[in-house]
Amino acid sequence: METMMSVLVGVLVTVGTYLVLSRSLIRVILGTAIYSHAANLLILVMGGLKGGAAPLLGEEATSYTDALPQALILTAIVISFGVTAFFLVLAYRTYRELGTDDLDQLRGMNDDK
Amino acid sequence: MYTMNIAIIIPFIVAALVPLLYKRVPRIHTGWFVLLVPAALFAVLVSTIPDIATGETFAATIEWMPSLGINFTTYLDGLSLIFGLLITGVGSLVVLYSIYYLSMKRESLHNFYVYLLMFMGAMLGVVFSDNLMVLYVFWELTSISSFLLIAYWYHRRQSRYGAQKSMLITVCGGFAMLAGFIMLGTMAGTFSIRAIIDQVGQFADHGLFIAAMLLILLGAFTKSAQFPFHIWLPDAMEAPTPVSAYLHSATMVKAGIYLVARFTPVFGGEEVWFWVVSLVGLFTLFWGSFTAIRQTDLKALLAYSTISQLGLIMSLLGLGSAALHFDDVNERTVGYSVAIFAALFHLVNHSTFKGALFMVVGIVDHETGTRDIRKLGGLMTVMPITFTLAVIGSLSMAGLPPFNGFLSKEMFFTGVLNASELSIFSMETWGSLFPIVAWIASVLTFVYCMMLIFKTFFGEYQPEKLEKKAHEAPIGMLIPPVILASFVVGLFFFPNVLGDYLLKPGYAAVLPSYVEGGRFLDNIEAWHGINTELLMTIGVVVFGFLIYRYVHFWNNVYALFPRKWSFDALYNGTLMQLERRSTSITQMYMTGHLPHYLAYIFVFLIVALSSVMVITGSFAFNSASDAPISSYEAVLTVVMIVAAICILFARSRLTAILLNGVLGYVLAVFFVLFRAPDLALTQLVIETVTAALFLLCFYFLPEWEIEKIKSRTQVLKGVVSLAAGTIVTMIALTVSGTDIFDPISNFYENAYELAGGNNMVNAILGDFRALDTMLEVVVLVIAGLGVFTLIKLKAKRGGEDVEGK
Repeated sequence: METMMSVLVGVLVTVGTYLVLSRSLIRVILGTAIYSHAANLLILVMGGLKGGAAPLLGEEATSYTDALPQALILTAIVISFGVTAFFLVLAYRTYRELGTDDLDQLRGMNDDK
Repeated sequence: MYTMNIAIIIPFIVAALVPLLYKRVPRIHTGWFVLLVPAALFAVLVSTIPDIATGETFAATIEWMPSLGINFTTYLDGLSLIFGLLITGVGSLVVLYSIYYLSMKRESLHNFYVYLLMFMGAMLGVVFSDNLMVLYVFWELTSISSFLLIAYWYHRRQSRYGAQKSMLITVCGGFAMLAGFIMLGTMAGTFSIRAIIDQVGQFADHGLFIAAMLLILLGAFTKSAQFPFHIWLPDAMEAPTPVSAYLHSATMVKAGIYLVARFTPVFGGEEVWFWVVSLVGLFTLFWGSFTAIRQTDLKALLAYSTISQLGLIMSLLGLGSAALHFDDVNERTVGYSVAIFAALFHLVNHSTFKGALFMVVGIVDHETGTRDIRKLGGLMTVMPITFTLAVIGSLSMAGLPPFNGFLSKEMFFTGVLNASELSIFSMETWGSLFPIVAWIASVLTFVYCMMLIFKTFFGEYQPEKLEKKAHEAPIGMLIPPVILASFVVGLFFFPNVLGDYLLKPGYAAVLPSYVEGGRFLDNIEAWHGINTELLMTIGVVVFGFLIYRYVHFWNNVYALFPRKWSFDALYNGTLMQLERRSTSITQMYMTGHLPHYLAYIFVFLIVALSSVMVITGSFAFNSASDAPISSYEAVLTVVMIVAAICILFARSRLTAILLNGVLGYVLAVFFVLFRAPDLALTQLVIETVTAALFLLCFYFLPEWEIEKIKSRTQVLKGVVSLAAGTIVTMIALTVSGTDIFDPISNFYENAYELAGGNNMVNAILGDFRALDTMLEVVVLVIAGLGVFTLIKLKAKRGGEDVEGK
């Protein structure tokens, strides 16, 4: 299980990296979004996928899954959402101002226009 | 007895007051106030001569950084006293000269005197400091103030060039010297020069010993304009003449000499020291005198002559250091040490006649408006006093009686002759080389001294070529060179006064073991009699005159050394190439292209991580503790992999968004399967909102196109991405396959007892680790504010409205 998940994380990182290395801004943002999926999955997998009840004490189970990684992922999801939102608006704004989302054309901005 | 410490500090204090005086007392030339400082210091130093002559020394410490062993310790002995007297004595005369040389109306005098006082204080600091680090501080201060003084007329391009050149060369040497000092300090365990000299035998075979020696020598050679670092001195002649007279003849260029003399007890007697110092000095002597003859500018001629005289002193210090190689002090070894005495003697003599000559050249420049010897001539009758001074200075430089240069030149010949009889350091084969080279250099020296006199003062007076009508200088400008010239003559007739009171204590400081032996040098009286040295001098005069007569033949010899092979060209070429290369390298990798920078980061990360894994051999694969795979999970995994790969090939951005949505929702389902209800909820909501945001933004962004990039770039991107994914997978496998210790989550099963909640994840977020949650809220707030601002922000500079097109 963990092995399969590790491979899945690797595939997500590969795809994310390929997108981040692109020339258009949209692809870069998409790449970062896929990165955050990969990171969340990785945290969960590293916490161990041992069986056990959901971390709710009302379940009266003998063992529970690890609650700490879940708390960490919850924090990470929210933060990456905030960053992605800001990033998207930044891209929108950049396009409005400069009329391009091609990173190749966004080089060496001169302030003396 | 803090006299010396105060003496060093006083010039700095007065330097701070100079601008005030300049502004408040505009009637009186600021130089008159400044003149008091070196004069008073000179008087103080003179009062210590009797004590020093009896072998006493003075030391005083003011604590500065005691924990680092760096204290402001001053040490006054014969050697530093010679230098101190030169600095203050010549300093007073130069200030007096500059009062008449620099006009009150045209020049910004306050700058000049601030720099000059700063330099004076720094130079006194160099010669009186006993602590290596403090010595280095003052050493760099002399470099800086010299830089400021050379560029005093900063509106001239040549001044700025010369200042930059001298700065680069001397500061590079200074850094090398600092490294040498630190090595020496670590070897000896102390930064105090006296303490290092006392325990020199204990670390003479340490591995750093030779390295420290060479680095310190590099500092001394750059400062004292030794070959091949001499190139900054001729360009430093763009400075006002008082500066050239003071810094570049009498004081700063002697700092390297001081350093070599001061460290002779530490390194002397070593073969490397002997050869490096003597050979570099000797070659500088030859090269400087050889190059001086081809100069047409009087100051450039004097600059090269300074270089050659400094080489002479340096070679004497090198030859004399051989005396320390012998353990016993006897007639023979004292004979070898004559060179040290000669070096100190010539040091004083050189300061007197070279200072006078620079002032003379300054007067000629001041009264005729040019320093070009092709335009000058026949000034003998126009400027008789200046002419007399020039003759005294030049003949002393050439080494003729009745001037002090004759005595030190004779001793120089004695030194090289004695050294040629040495039987150590393989001198049997090379020893005879020294007198020959020295003699040839002396002949060349004689030639340029003749040129200085005849081309300037004899021949035809050409008033049509001069800018001003030449006439004798004002009396105030003549007083300082007259005083110096009277020393030049006086030291010839009474050399022993100087010898007994100053040179012998100085000699004792350079060769301490020769005093303990109870024997002392007493051959300064023996300067009469027909001997080899006298015959050599007669030969110098005869051959010098012959060469001077036929000097025009020499132009063919100089044609062998074209300008493009000179060291100047090398220096300029090096600087230019350095700039070019660094520019081209920077432009090669700093493309301004974001994917490139990201690629560097990824490649670095991959290389670092994979090499660590390979080197430590830490990759481990252990699936024993894996949880079993159910069919749901296998299907979902395949879905996710397919969706992720399809994003790469999506033709429209909408497909890509939806596929990203698929990834997010499948992840939520995974969260369900892995028993994380809160995560599943959050992930579903967030993924929905994110997808909406993407769609919203894409409405305003252009349709994405299939990337038009070279297939080679695509392959590279693919390789980097695959490597990144592989590395992450390998690390994940390694980590999950090794259990080091149990998790701490069992503690959170007390959630109900401690926090009153049944939901462990929420208890962690709200109770156990609430700080994270608070700051995460702050992140969201900031992001919201940022988004709001970005949308509301109006373009600053009437940006085109893209939508309106």
